[in-house]
Amino acid sequence: MECCDISHQIDIPSGSQKIVLAGNPNVGKSIFFNKFTGIYVAVSNYPGTTLDISSGMFNPENKDNDYVVLDTPGVYGVSSFNDEEAVARDVILAADAVVNIVDAVHLERDLFLTQQIIDMGIPVIVALNMMDEAERNGLKIDIDELSSELGVPVITTTAIKGEGLEEVKNSVDKSKVGNTIFNSDFLKEELDSLAEKINSRAEALLIMEGDPNVAEKNNRQALPHREKIYKKRRHRINNIIDSVISENGENSSLGSKIGHLMLKPLTGIPMLLATLYLLYELVGVFVAQTVVGITEETFFLEIYEPFIRGIVTPIIPIESFFGQLFVGEFGLFTMTVTYTFGLLLPLVAGFYFFLAILEDSGYMPRIAALVDRLLTSIGLNGRAIIPMLLGFGCVTMATITTRLLGSKRERIIATFLLGLAIPCSAQLGVIAGLIAPLGFEYFAIYVLTIFVVYVLAGTILNKVLPGKSTDLLIDIPPLRMPRLSNVLQKTYMKSKSFIKEAGPIFAIGALIITVMQETGMLTAIQNSLIPLTVGWLQLPKETATVFIMGIIRRDFGAAGLNSLSLTAIQTTVSLVVITLFVPCIAAMMTMFRERNWKEALFIWFGSWFTAFGVGGILAYLL
Amino acid sequence: MTLAEVQKGQKFIISDISDDNIRVQALRFGISEDAGLFCEEKIPGGPVIIKRQYQEIAIGRNLAKNIKVELSQ
Ligand SMILES: Nc1nc2c(ncn2[C@@H]2O[C@H](COP(=O)(O)OP(=O)(O)OP(=O)(O)O)[C@@H](O)[C@H]2O)c(=O)[nH]1
Ligand SMILES: [Mg+2]
Repeated sequence: MECCDISHQIDIPSGSQKIVLAGNPNVGKSIFFNKFTGIYVAVSNYPGTTLDISSGMFNPENKDNDYVVLDTPGVYGVSSFNDEEAVARDVILAADAVVNIVDAVHLERDLFLTQQIIDMGIPVIVALNMMDEAERNGLKIDIDELSSELGVPVITTTAIKGEGLEEVKNSVDKSKVGNTIFNSDFLKEELDSLAEKINSRAEALLIMEGDPNVAEKNNRQALPHREKIYKKRRHRINNIIDSVISENGENSSLGSKIGHLMLKPLTGIPMLLATLYLLYELVGVFVAQTVVGITEETFFLEIYEPFIRGIVTPIIPIESFFGQLFVGEFGLFTMTVTYTFGLLLPLVAGFYFFLAILEDSGYMPRIAALVDRLLTSIGLNGRAIIPMLLGFGCVTMATITTRLLGSKRERIIATFLLGLAIPCSAQLGVIAGLIAPLGFEYFAIYVLTIFVVYVLAGTILNKVLPGKSTDLLIDIPPLRMPRLSNVLQKTYMKSKSFIKEAGPIFAIGALIITVMQETGMLTAIQNSLIPLTVGWLQLPKETATVFIMGIIRRDFGAAGLNSLSLTAIQTTVSLVVITLFVPCIAAMMTMFRERNWKEALFIWFGSWFTAFGVGGILAYLL
Repeated sequence: MTLAEVQKGQKFIISDISDDNIRVQALRFGISEDAGLFCEEKIPGGPVIIKRQYQEIAIGRNLAKNIKVELSQ
């Protein structure tokens, strides 16, 4: 990402004032943004999920100035520990004024960012939000004292009730450069002279705090004062808090009690299992069967596909290459559209909806803490639960979210495991349908095999990959009732961006498959697999076709087994191989894009090798 | 002793965090060397949940092993 200049990313009319909304995660920035602009953006509760920069025009009452308001991802400070921070940093650096949203209940945490922005020399106005929660907790804050200590205006708000939003909106021009921690005894001369040299006080501060990107942009060496400055700032904030908070209630709300129970394994694990069961009922049963039955079968297969074929075939004969390409078995206007919108979109939206509830309620970070131990043994940490859960929806979508993991090695492990051992929802239904009639014994063998492969692969990768995975260090936010409008907005935004990112990949995948089929390559590959399937896996030779079909769409592969007459053992072996063998072509391409080609090839061949290896061993054992 | 050895319900202060980045991130969360903290929960083999006022933070076990603490009282 290009550092420190957001003008390439967003179109901002020249001459307009840039008002930036900044704050820690989950403090209500997006509600302010919606109020200021009337434009919908994602509103979330899991630390740092508004990764796109949202911007909008905004005109406070009686002001002639043109203002542009920008939302930022929630961050605990301005630096570059992760993508969110880099994005927030660049937007804040571009600000003419910052509206800093502060959670009144978490002043110690939130004021660090406030003080840092003040130290950057940017005019600030503080919106002290969540006043309802502060009152409920019996917290007494001296607002005038806080304002005079910080040297900037402070306005109290309760964003969910709309209280104070209007006042903040009409006070943006009252923002002030506050009181900094720098003085003649503390680095002031150094900061001032650097600010003068590079002509930016804000960037000078970040260079003093050792930010490598900002230093590089200014052709300077990052300076080693970060810890000294942070300590001083922390000390200053603790002093401010001592003087503004007069009464500290006890937090014994129902929410905090439930939140605690979610973290204790004895109660937390049953609650997590119940949640997963709900997820299964919602997505696995309701969406996958009822909704997809209507969207895919009734609408796309029975109405849409015949309609589009009817339009195209008079112009381009279906037997021709282009006929096949557009409206053939794997056609761009037929299979790709049906698959993307009829099957995947409902499933993905269902998953995102559920995830948005987990995030908005504050449950997600608690789940991450609870499963952290399991995931550290395979080289991941608790945060990886998000891509792992999403994988059961769509591996392509989950692979994209591996971006949120803390190190490259974690992203490789997660991507590999997703491709290898997580059956996506498109496939799960067909697998369940095939294995259920065989009885519990075979079901157990299947689940156990996949689970063992998952754990072993993770453990081995964790051992052999160089470097070190990052540890869990997350904020556990208070539990809140998710708001339906936020949840729906977020589901909509994420589903839309999934279709935008994954749609073209599915299209290219379909294109490649059609070309391979028309050139006879598909048959050649199928034939070359026969020795492996017959000799090693002890399966009929037609299963080779099924495996290859699985690359096109994971559910095709599994469904193809229906037409073969296999013994119980053969069915189990093929299902294991299909699950392990085939990330669909879209997932394979996403891996290629998210990782580099070397790692992608390693992941593809690694999972093929594992699939046939495990399948063969299983066939031999059973 | 280290944070990993603190028992649930104990009060303590942090005396040393060896990793530079973690130390700095902790400072931002409000955890400085003199801050009084409380062990809210210990997930067996997993993260330690520490609390200061209304702020709760989950710290992975491996990380907790590298954080030195002193019990208060
Ligand atoms: N009780 C209460 N809840 C609030 C208030 N303001 C916001 N919330 C809730 O806080 C949660 C987070 O709000 P968002 O607007 O998504 O916060 P954000 O700062 O944009 O979050 P990120 O973009 O994820 O950093 C939502 O569940 C809101 O309903 C408030 O004044 N009182
Ligand atoms: Mg937001």
